[in-house]
Amino acid sequence: MDLILFAFFATIAVACGISLVVQKHPIGSALSLIGVMGSLAVIYLLLGAEFIAAVQLIVYAGAIMVLFVFVIMLLNAGEETATGRSWPTRLLGIPLLAVFLGLLAYLLQRMSPSMGTVTFGAFNTGAREIGRSLFSKYLLPFEVTSVLVLIAILGAIVLARKEID
Amino acid sequence: MPQLNAVPLSWYLMLSAILFTLGVAGFLFRRNIITVFMSIELMLNAVNLSFVAFSHHLRQVDGQIFTFFVMVVAAAEAAVGLAIILTVFKNRRTLSIDEVSSLKN
Amino acid sequence: MNFFLISLIKTGIVAGAFMTTLAYLQWIERKVLAHIQLRIGPYRVGPHGLLQPLADVIKLMTKEGFVPSHVNHFFYILAPFLAVFFALISICLIPFGPSVEIFGVRTDLGLADLNIGVLFVLAISSVGVYGVALGGWASNNKYSLLGGLRSSAQMISYELPMAIALAAPLLLLNDLSLRTIVNEQAGYYLGIIPRWTIFQMPFPQVFSFLIFLVSAFAETNRVPFDLPEAENELVGGFHTEYSSLNFAAFFMAEYANIVTVTCMATVLFLGGWHPLWPAEYGSDFVPVLLLLGGSAVLLYHGLVQPVKGRPWDRLTLPAAGMIFGALALTFLVPVLKPILIPVFWFVAKAGVLVFIFIWVRGTLPRFRYDQLMNFTWKFLFPVAIVNLLITAFAVALQGPKN
Repeated sequence: MDLILFAFFATIAVACGISLVVQKHPIGSALSLIGVMGSLAVIYLLLGAEFIAAVQLIVYAGAIMVLFVFVIMLLNAGEETATGRSWPTRLLGIPLLAVFLGLLAYLLQRMSPSMGTVTFGAFNTGAREIGRSLFSKYLLPFEVTSVLVLIAILGAIVLARKEID
Repeated sequence: MPQLNAVPLSWYLMLSAILFTLGVAGFLFRRNIITVFMSIELMLNAVNLSFVAFSHHLRQVDGQIFTFFVMVVAAAEAAVGLAIILTVFKNRRTLSIDEVSSLKN
Repeated sequence: MNFFLISLIKTGIVAGAFMTTLAYLQWIERKVLAHIQLRIGPYRVGPHGLLQPLADVIKLMTKEGFVPSHVNHFFYILAPFLAVFFALISICLIPFGPSVEIFGVRTDLGLADLNIGVLFVLAISSVGVYGVALGGWASNNKYSLLGGLRSSAQMISYELPMAIALAAPLLLLNDLSLRTIVNEQAGYYLGIIPRWTIFQMPFPQVFSFLIFLVSAFAETNRVPFDLPEAENELVGGFHTEYSSLNFAAFFMAEYANIVTVTCMATVLFLGGWHPLWPAEYGSDFVPVLLLLGGSAVLLYHGLVQPVKGRPWDRLTLPAAGMIFGALALTFLVPVLKPILIPVFWFVAKAGVLVFIFIWVRGTLPRFRYDQLMNFTWKFLFPVAIVNLLITAFAVALQGPKN
């Protein structure tokens, strides 16, 4: 059952990823990215990470991507016009990426006998374990990221406001 | 062929590698700023998947804590990045990264 | 019986009941608004307008459902689908009643119970913004786009006070699963006062309840926060270009959101299916007495003193009185009691909240958009945070629960 679910949602994730790179209009890419995030949320549930799956949907798919969709709608972004790229880029781009992916695949395949399998229910962490760890062992990074988010809010407001003449 | 309820961990890591490569492809080959930014988010998601997979494998919750921090930092980065995109659009009236190249040559 | 078979049966019952509730919620809203405005409301289609939802559905289905040529086809068709999907999916988690035994089968009254139930409902309401935003954008019309953007900005702004107002009772209840939350609100203080979250002792969550309700009004785009879809403001907002079944889909999504939000408020703040006072002091007879009272009023107005000028009432009101009487008697059957009484209390509490939603719609004027945004960012969000801090302080002072 895990295998079927993983295969289904992994296929959806890869298909949405390819669609993100290939789509001409940015809103199509945005919806593909939301598709990727949704399928990744299900895959996190398969890995037992319930809290992270919910946070992925709330924060990533529900807030960050809404920001992206707003900006695309506000700026009325149109379809992308293809500009000419130099011929080395066009010739070497995709083969080099294929080599990169092949290298990663080879390394994973070499490591794979020493890694086990993933069974649903083998390691379920809910909000309780994450909360315990977040507020005791990782308290300093937590406070620092709060300050970071505050800086980001201030930066975004300063950059995007209208100048009052 | 693995059993029906035990998926090898390397398959999750392979999925993460594929998504990361797709993100790199989008980042390098697309001209629209917003699509480039979304490819960056795809790369971050792929890395999150690796973290959660290893957290399951090592039976520790620390990988998920790291995922949490990556998400928070991605949120902050998205906010500031989109504000920058808005400012660039206001000044240059274009969303193509080929045309904001006044530092070149 | 098999788990799948039981789940299928439960899903069928809940889906059927939910769809009927959505259709008749519109009838209830029109009747209540009409009586607030001193008129009658739907009266002619069927007895007292009870077939009006059916007539509306037939009208919307047979209207010409054209797709304008200037829209972005994929997103135009996708948007109402997304809106309805995310609105309906939260009903899977709401627990309607305790674990009961019907014909020898032991099952929980409620479709599913996730360990992260509260977070899942928050996630669904976050992702539900897309139906509105994409619907507004796909219509290729500046008024729809503005309406869609304003509506989605309002929805994401009011999610923050809602989430923080949800976090405060979770400090008292210590679990995220909705069924466990209701189970923890069982019991009574001093034998009479129920241990619902709004009465619970380290800090009664009255402010969280109010903040949650106000944010719920804004999340579901209801008056006084319904500027993005008001008819005299933006031509109809984000659903201007939609006709027939697509339009019906958006409306169904709005009513489904109202039901979801009131069920969440009932589960988290009002104690779910637990009665207002203990069963040994007679709270089992409340549904019987209410239905018998309603039946008596209907029989009186039908037979003894009908209102002049409403000739149908001589037939319909006594018939309704008989139906209410029969329903009252079913609440006395001991086999059905463990199922019917918790469901009655749940529906009664959620129904009171829905009535408050409709009442507010008939009474208050609407906010202007900048007033709305100021209200959330400068008032509601700080108040929610202060409420969370006070709750946390009270819980910390109380010490560990044993």
